[in-house]
Amino acid sequence: MTTTTNLPSAAELHTVKRAYDVQRIRRDFPILARDVRGKKLVYLDNAATSQKPQIVLDAIARYYEQENANIHRGVHFLSELATSKHDHARQIVQKFINAPHAHEIVFVRGATEAINLVAQTYGRKHVSSCDEVLVTAMEHHSNIVPWQILCDEKNAKLRVAPINELGELIMAEFEKLIGPRTKIIAIPHVSNALGTVNPVAKIVELAHTRNIPVVVDGAQAAPHTKIDVQSLGCDFYAFSSHKMFGPMGMGVLYGKTELLEAMPPYQGGGDMISSVTFEKTIYNKLPFKFEAGTPDVAGAIGLGVAIEYLNAIGMDNIAAYEHELLAYATEKVSAISGVRLIGTARDKAGVLSFVMDNVHPHDIGTILDQEGIAIRTGHHCAQPVMQCFGIPATARASLALYNTKDEVDALAAGIKKVQEVFS
Amino acid sequence: MADLRDLYQEVILEHSKAPRNYRELASGQSAEGFNPLCGDHFTVFLKLENDVVNDVSFQGSGCAISKASASMMTQAVKGKSKTEAKKLFDTFHKLVTEGDANGDRADLGKLAVFSGVSEFPVRVKCATLAWHTLKAAIEGKQGSVSTE
Repeated sequence: MTTTTNLPSAAELHTVKRAYDVQRIRRDFPILARDVRGKKLVYLDNAATSQKPQIVLDAIARYYEQENANIHRGVHFLSELATSKHDHARQIVQKFINAPHAHEIVFVRGATEAINLVAQTYGRKHVSSCDEVLVTAMEHHSNIVPWQILCDEKNAKLRVAPINELGELIMAEFEKLIGPRTKIIAIPHVSNALGTVNPVAKIVELAHTRNIPVVVDGAQAAPHTKIDVQSLGCDFYAFSSHKMFGPMGMGVLYGKTELLEAMPPYQGGGDMISSVTFEKTIYNKLPFKFEAGTPDVAGAIGLGVAIEYLNAIGMDNIAAYEHELLAYATEKVSAISGVRLIGTARDKAGVLSFVMDNVHPHDIGTILDQEGIAIRTGHHCAQPVMQCFGIPATARASLALYNTKDEVDALAAGIKKVQEVFS
Repeated sequence: MADLRDLYQEVILEHSKAPRNYRELASGQSAEGFNPLCGDHFTVFLKLENDVVNDVSFQGSGCAISKASASMMTQAVKGKSKTEAKKLFDTFHKLVTEGDANGDRADLGKLAVFSGVSEFPVRVKCATLAWHTLKAAIEGKQGSVSTE
């Protein structure tokens, strides 16, 4: 079947493919041109959600304007078109994370739902009384609470691997916590509150020598770094579209075929079955077994286009640019006296969390907001991380591929303004 | 555009740096208040005598607005009856949500400095956390209160 494509044209891609031109990239994101409170918007809340490039917005609009129909089993033109675009988006995701098969890509609402899916299917099947689930102290609540719910139900135990004062996993302690009752290990690829990049491949190796599957929360990694689930070796990998320039309400669970095959379904409904009688239902093949109900077709298409956009710039180029920008930001912000960085791991991505003497992060956020600077303040859905550092909250500036050194300078000037107000 | 100085008035900054009645009370009743969004957390201690606030204090952590509000609240309600204290909260709540255009500003005394909060809707919860907690303490509610 031939269909028109939503993807950026070769000419469009060519323009972004050349040398990293951040100003050119910025022009792809219409929201970055707007003012906030009479000031130029400086958007540094990317770990919460990223902005969307015009081609993603256009693809979503085009879908609803020209292509909308329900997918699968439709014999009419639009249904075939929508189905083919949905399938194509899955293939784009598959290639993006180098998954062996497209059927290993399950579309969900976001990383949170992906993790809940694993906990409620694989987890409920394999975790029993007195078993253990191992997580880390730097987890987002979305990689804690689903396991807590599971452990409560099964009378199992949630074990927590500690971090050091830099915000890095203490690997010796981590290894010690892997025991004969450990049934699942769940870790973040990149910490949302600290920016720490974890040694996923190494952890997977440790786990696999003991036949324990590893679930990776990749929500904060996907927009910043190349993901290769085969070289990481992980069994499950979860991420969200909205943090990587795609639409909200869309996400991905990657799972290895043999694990997904053996798992019971997550939700029941249409699309996830191959035949239904009141006596017996036969579930659909992968990935549809885990995709009950009408999916977010526009969301999948939007995510696919966001990935093509990232591919066109090149994940390696993005990682290199952001690495330099983070180093610049780290230097600028830590040079301000009275400011302390929280999370200074040797391997970091995207996040600059900090606290200030005598100023609560909430007040920092309000004052920066008056300068048009959007950061996040609070516990970042990672209260245990705050407890590790003995603080109630941090101010967090988080970077994306369109941020600039000028914006970092604006942040630094904003922080000085905060100090003036509180002097 | 809202002016930062409307929010961070000198009196507020001063109270946040040197909060009054920042201590525990050995006897009496207390309540805990949380703002789960930003992690603010206060305990308000209360000693009532014949339904009059004989002593009141607080402890905990929070932003400048919540801390200053707690500090000034303890000063404002000391010596007031339970009913008067609750009425003051209602007036204060009106001030921080609606501004001082249509309020009984006179009743509020020094608390009127919080009128700027109404220009910053996300900070209303900061300004009222201690008050919600006080109300829970007065009513002898068990457990903790949340601004959510």
